[in-house]
Amino acid sequence: MRNLVLGIALTALFVLGALVSFVWTPYDHTVLEITNKLKPPNGDHWFGTDQYGRDILSMIMVGARTSIAVAIVAVGIGIGLGVPLGLTAAAWNGSVLDEIIMRSNDLIFAFPSLLIAIMITAVYGPSAFNAIIAIGIFNIPVFARVTRGAALSLWTRDYVLAARVSGKGAARISFEHILPNLMNLLIVQGTIQFSLGILAEAALSYVGLGAQPPTPSWGRMLAESQTLFMLAPHITLFPGFAILLTVLGLNLAGDGLRDLLDPKLRRVAR
Amino acid sequence: MSLLSISNLSLSIHGTQILERVSLSIEPGEIHGVIGESGSGKSMTAFSVMQLLPDGATCSGELRLDGQDVLHADEAALCAMRGERVGMVFQEPMTALNPLMTIGAQVAETVLIHENVSQAEAMRRAQDALERCELPADTFPMSRFPHELSGGQRQRVVIAMAIALRPKLLIADEPTTALDVTTQAEILSLIRKLVDEDGMGVMLITHDLAVVSGLADHITIMRNGVVVEQGEGATLYRDMTHPYTKALFAASSHQPDRTEAKADAALLRVENVTRSYALPRKAIFGAPKRFVAVDNVSFEIKRGESLGLVGESGCGKSTLTRAILGLEPLQGGVITLDGSPVLSGRQADLSVRRKMQVVFQDPYSSFNPRHKVGRLVAEPFYLLGRTATDEEIEVALTSVGLTPSDKVKYIHEFSGGQRQRIAIARALIIRPELIILDEAVSALDVSIRAQILDLLADLSKRFGLTYLFISHDLSVVRSITDRVLVMKAGKIVEEGATEDVFDTPHHPYTQALIDAVPKLPDLDGIDIGRS
Repeated sequence: MRNLVLGIALTALFVLGALVSFVWTPYDHTVLEITNKLKPPNGDHWFGTDQYGRDILSMIMVGARTSIAVAIVAVGIGIGLGVPLGLTAAAWNGSVLDEIIMRSNDLIFAFPSLLIAIMITAVYGPSAFNAIIAIGIFNIPVFARVTRGAALSLWTRDYVLAARVSGKGAARISFEHILPNLMNLLIVQGTIQFSLGILAEAALSYVGLGAQPPTPSWGRMLAESQTLFMLAPHITLFPGFAILLTVLGLNLAGDGLRDLLDPKLRRVAR
Repeated sequence: MSLLSISNLSLSIHGTQILERVSLSIEPGEIHGVIGESGSGKSMTAFSVMQLLPDGATCSGELRLDGQDVLHADEAALCAMRGERVGMVFQEPMTALNPLMTIGAQVAETVLIHENVSQAEAMRRAQDALERCELPADTFPMSRFPHELSGGQRQRVVIAMAIALRPKLLIADEPTTALDVTTQAEILSLIRKLVDEDGMGVMLITHDLAVVSGLADHITIMRNGVVVEQGEGATLYRDMTHPYTKALFAASSHQPDRTEAKADAALLRVENVTRSYALPRKAIFGAPKRFVAVDNVSFEIKRGESLGLVGESGCGKSTLTRAILGLEPLQGGVITLDGSPVLSGRQADLSVRRKMQVVFQDPYSSFNPRHKVGRLVAEPFYLLGRTATDEEIEVALTSVGLTPSDKVKYIHEFSGGQRQRIAIARALIIRPELIILDEAVSALDVSIRAQILDLLADLSKRFGLTYLFISHDLSVVRSITDRVLVMKAGKIVEEGATEDVFDTPHHPYTQALIDAVPKLPDLDGIDIGRS
C-alpha cells in the first residue's frame, strides 16, 4: 500500500510537471542565453542552466511531456493491437490462426526495439513519432502473450462453458467474459510497459533517434551533457534523476496495483 | 497418557474467532474422525497441531503431542516435530506432489530432512514406505514421476511420505474426497492397515459421515469452531444427542420428496454415439491412434423423467454431457432432443439448445465474477435472441429461493449453496425441458446438498422438468433418479430402474461400485429428527 501511494505520488509529480509546462514554464526552453551558461542551481534557475544557458527545470518539464506522450501512445498501440491478437489466439487455441499470430509475435520479439527504431529511422528519418512506432511495435507481442496466457486459463472456467451453452460465439465470449477478467492483469502490465516505454524513449533519444531539437527530451539532455559532466555535473544529474524517479514511481505503482487487484499475491499484513 | 491431547484450544485469526474451546484426545492406535461442514474449523484444528497457521493467528489453551507442549514450542522444535512425529496427508493428490521429482526421491526427502542417513539408506527407507503403501517396486519403481500414476496411486505416495518416518500421529485432511469411490475404499483400508501395523494415531478429517462410520474408533463432530458432539465410533450414531448431529445425519441420507415419472415419449435420444480424440502421433507413418471417450452409447430419457448417469472419473461422462449440449463433434451416431438433432453439421443447433440447460459442479468457477447476478442469470436469453425482462429475472430468482433484490449483487457475496441456486436459476430462466446436472451437488456440504436436492425435486414437479443427473456419488443418484445408467470406459455397462440396479446389480463393475460406497449404519427405528 505504501509502495502504491509513493509510486502514484512520484508519477503524479511528473505528469503534473508535464501538464503545467503547456501553460507555464519558469523560462522559455528555446531561448539561448550564452552569457548565463552552465550555472549551478541557484535562486533564479532552481536546476541551473545548460551549456547554452537554457533553464534546465523548464527543459525537464517540457521533456516530461515528450516522454509521457511517447510512452502513452506506445502502450496504447501495444494494448490496442496486442490484446485483440492475444484474445483471438486464445479463442482459437491450437488453430492455424493461433500459430500465425504467436509466431509473428516471436518474430517481433526477436528484434530489439532499438534495432526496429534504427530500421524505421533509416527509412523515415528520426522523430518522436518514429520512436513511438518503434516502441509501440515492441509492445504488441508483450501484450499479446500476456493476454493469451491468461485468457487460456479463463477459457477453462465453467462460466465460459455456460456462455457456450447459451449459444455465444468465441468473439462474444472473449469480450464479455474473458476481457473484463483480464483487466487487472492488463492494468499492471500497462504500468510496467509504461515505465519501460519511458526508458526506451530516453534510450532512443540518447542515440539521437527520438525527438529532434529544439524539442527537449530527457535522453538527449543526457547525451548532450555527458562531455561536460566533470565541469557541471548538475546538467547530467537532473535529467538522469527525472528518468530514474519516473520509472521508479511507475514500477512501484505497478507493484502496488498488482497487490491491490490480485488477491492471490496479496499477503496478509502481520 | 494420550498421544495427542487438545484441551480448550481457542484460535483467532486477526480477531475473528475460528475455534472455541476445542478439546479432543487421540490414543495411539486409534482413528479419530473429525467431522464437520465447511467453516466448522476441522482443518484449522489440524493445522493447529502442526502449528502451520496463517499470519495473524493466535492460539490459547493447551495442545500436547506425546507430552510436549506444542503451542509454546519454538520453530526449530516444530520443524523437528513435523514429518518426524506428525505426518500429514492432504485432500488433493494432484498438487501435493512435486511433478519434477520421482516418487522415490520425494519420499526419501522426508527421511533425509529429519535423519542423518546416507542417500542410499534414505532410498531404501523410501522403498520400504512405498511397499507398505502397496506400491511394490516391481510394478511401481521409485523412478516413476507423479504424472505416471493415477489419483489413488498418488495418494498412496503422499501417504508413504507421511509414514516414512513412522510418525506417532497421522493427520489426514479429507484424504479421499478427491478420489473415486472404489479408490476411496482402498485408501481407507490402507489407512486402517497402517494403523494396525504401527499403532499410530490418526486424525481423519472429513465432511462425509459415511467415510468414518465403521472406520473411526472415536468421532468428534464440529460446527462453527465448536465441538458439538463426541463419542465412540461404534455407538455415536445410536447415542447422538445434539440436534446438529441429528440434522447432519438426516441430511446425509436425505430423500427428497418426489413423484414418480409417468411413462411418456422420449425427450432425449442418444443413438450409437461415439466420440474419439486423436492421440499424439507416435510414428511418422500411419494414422495416429485414437482415444475413444464415448463408445457407441445409446439411451433415451423420457419426458419428466430423472435419469442418473454414474461413473468414475475418466469414464467419459463429461464428454457425453458436452456431446449432448452440442459442444463436441461426434464421430458416429446421433443425438436428438424432442425429435431434432442437437448438431446441424458441425455446429450446435441453437433452436434445439433452447430446450436444455446445464448446471455445473463448481459453484465458484461457474460465474463471471465481474457481472451482477441479474446479468449472469439472464445469459441463456441470448439463445432466444432477446434480453430478459426484470420480471423474468425476478421470477427465476424467487423460484430457487432467492430474493429479487439479489440481482444487483455480485457473485462473491453468495455462499456455495446460494451460488448453486443461482446456477439453477440460470438454467431455469428460459424454461428448458431438459436440465443436465453435472455433479451439481458434489461440491456442497451435506446439509446444503439436501436443500438443493429438495429444490430440484420441487422444481421438477412445478415445471415438469426432465433431469439428466450425472454424478460419482451413488447415494445422491439413488435419492433423486428414476432410472440409472452405469458408465465405464466410455461404455454403458448397466441400465435399469434405480432401485433395481442398486438392489440387484448385475454387472461386476456396478457391484464393485456399490460395494465400495461407505455406508452409514442402519438407522431403522432410531429417531434422528427426520420429519
